[in-house]
Amino acid sequence: MISDLFSPMVIIGILASGIRLATPYLYASIGETFGQLSGVLNLGVEGIMLMGAFSGFYVTYITDNYWLGLLAAILVGAIMGLMMAFISVTLKAEQGISGIGLYLFGLGLSDLLFQVTLGTVKTVSGFPQIHIPILSDIPVIGPIFFQQNLLVYGAYLLVPLATFILNKTTWGLKIKSVGQNPAAADALGVNVTAVRYATVTLGGVLSGIAGASLSIALLNVFQQNLTSGMGFIAVALVYFGGWRPIGALWGSLLFSSVNALQLWIKTLGIPIPSDFATMMPYVLTILALVFAVRKVSQPAALTKIFERGEG
Amino acid sequence: MQQTRRRRPIYWLGPLMPVLAVIAALIAGAIMLLLLGVNPLVAYAALIEGAIGSPNAIADTLVKATPLLLVGAGICIAFRGGVINVGGEGQLVLGALSATMIAIYLKDLPGWLLIPLALVFGFIAGAAWGAIPGALKAYLNVNEILTTIMLNAIAIQLMNYLLSGPMMDPVQITQGSFIPQTERFPLAADLPRLVPTRLHAGVILAVIVAILVWLLLWRTTVGFRIRAVGLSPKASRRAGIRVERYSMLALTLSGALAGLAGAVQVLGVNHRMFTDGSAAGFTGSAGFNGIVAALFGQLHPIGTIPASFFFGALIVGANKMQRVTQVPTSMIIALNGLLVIFVVSSEIWRRRLARQKEMEELAATLQPVVAEEEVNPA
Repeated sequence: MISDLFSPMVIIGILASGIRLATPYLYASIGETFGQLSGVLNLGVEGIMLMGAFSGFYVTYITDNYWLGLLAAILVGAIMGLMMAFISVTLKAEQGISGIGLYLFGLGLSDLLFQVTLGTVKTVSGFPQIHIPILSDIPVIGPIFFQQNLLVYGAYLLVPLATFILNKTTWGLKIKSVGQNPAAADALGVNVTAVRYATVTLGGVLSGIAGASLSIALLNVFQQNLTSGMGFIAVALVYFGGWRPIGALWGSLLFSSVNALQLWIKTLGIPIPSDFATMMPYVLTILALVFAVRKVSQPAALTKIFERGEG
Repeated sequence: MQQTRRRRPIYWLGPLMPVLAVIAALIAGAIMLLLLGVNPLVAYAALIEGAIGSPNAIADTLVKATPLLLVGAGICIAFRGGVINVGGEGQLVLGALSATMIAIYLKDLPGWLLIPLALVFGFIAGAAWGAIPGALKAYLNVNEILTTIMLNAIAIQLMNYLLSGPMMDPVQITQGSFIPQTERFPLAADLPRLVPTRLHAGVILAVIVAILVWLLLWRTTVGFRIRAVGLSPKASRRAGIRVERYSMLALTLSGALAGLAGAVQVLGVNHRMFTDGSAAGFTGSAGFNGIVAALFGQLHPIGTIPASFFFGALIVGANKMQRVTQVPTSMIIALNGLLVIFVVSSEIWRRRLARQKEMEELAATLQPVVAEEEVNPA
């Protein structure tokens, strides 16, 4: 019943799973933040996540070593990130549509490889939970914050790290200058092409890890279309977060908590049709895009093609 | 203005680009097949036979091409108008749901009234689902790619809710099997069959719609304005075109045609609506593949006709390929993705030619207005 939702057990459960489930969104949206700040919209995140999820899972399944699985996901993510960089920076293709192409490619290829190699849904033992000594024994807070696996901790560490890189390093400033005014950055001697290749490839790597965090850390399975739209939401979260890693963090947490809430609504049998509960996060995202985005303006050169010597 | 020397444009290369993209994708597919230990020639032969090897195969190809053509014709309007509609899946689902409601709640109506009514409601529902992101984009500057993707997810949940609840087949409830699908529509709601195959009249409708879209875009003022807004919102605004109105209209019409595709699909093929929980279970990803077809048809409604038949053939043939070589049909999804990438990447050349030509045309038409404005500033 509805009152069950407010019992301490359920609230802890929602928070704990919210924090866990934010992991893939965090990796993917922070990676996408780098790309977008440099002026490249990569809509293929979903496809890269699927390929990362599959390759991470498959290598872990074969070698029984989740570190090798993670490495595979990173490599595959980097390759697909490079593909997107080549398409959007070198070939100067329209970014929105080529991202959809990359998504379809990843969706089809991950399922093709899955059916050819594994055939049926299998499980692996992925990254184990790490109980941080003493801290994990604190009642309530302990299980929420200090009994997660390494990839979950990594996702949260990424937030200050990315913030530092973007705001305090030369490379971060270069990224933002390339995204705001590529012609000016170019005139000052910044290599626009190199910066964009680096950010989009980094975005690919982080999307690959995002996929692997699902298949070898949180769920430990792979199946067709495992990510079911998470990659697209991650792109939306970048807008939601105003192109700042901390904003992406709040967006990811909000989204994953609503997701967790929705799972509990189903589990507890609360008489809200589960389809409407599943719908909530998407409605929320649209509202967030309408209200949150308007305060912050996007990188001026986002999705704009840069031609040396023009403009 | 300084006149830079340009290389002579290679005009014949433009229309050839999609063909080159297909060849590239087929080569990529052949490499995939070789890696899977399958002879590409055997696989492609099975694909071709499955697509056009018999009258039934050809009929199936045309049936599969129908929603691609309707969605694709709409995509031409949207993309020409400068809005990227990736919400075809949701718009198609909404269109199918509305047509379904007409067919099962007004089932006593005669066919000559029932079918047009269901089609019109499918069209309207799709239009509404396109107007939402259209208005958000035009008036609030919210990215339409993201909102259309979110609206896809919302449409799927709405479908799942309706089909497992209020619209579920009463027989499913009395039998206790609870399969999420509606009852079969009355026979009067079936689109007429053309020859004794699965081919239905929807394919003719789709071709007519594509021709109408061509007329709209290139033979009417509204269409001209949509294209002008897509080419240069700034110049259009200076020429007095209400940019917001036309980009919203482009996305709305695009949604409407996807909705019509959904209505044609339920009335012509399924005769009931069903769901497996995902969008692709009902749509067969036509909302996305329609984009592929439109791009392949160079965003021209007439070009989209053969392009849709090509992709319909690919989808139908993939099933045969799977039976013969055990290569999963998902390979075709991957190849479609590559094709999109190839076509969009080759745009760099085609765009330079086409844009130059269209800008000249646009400039010629807008010139008097702009000149007048400069003489008499408001």
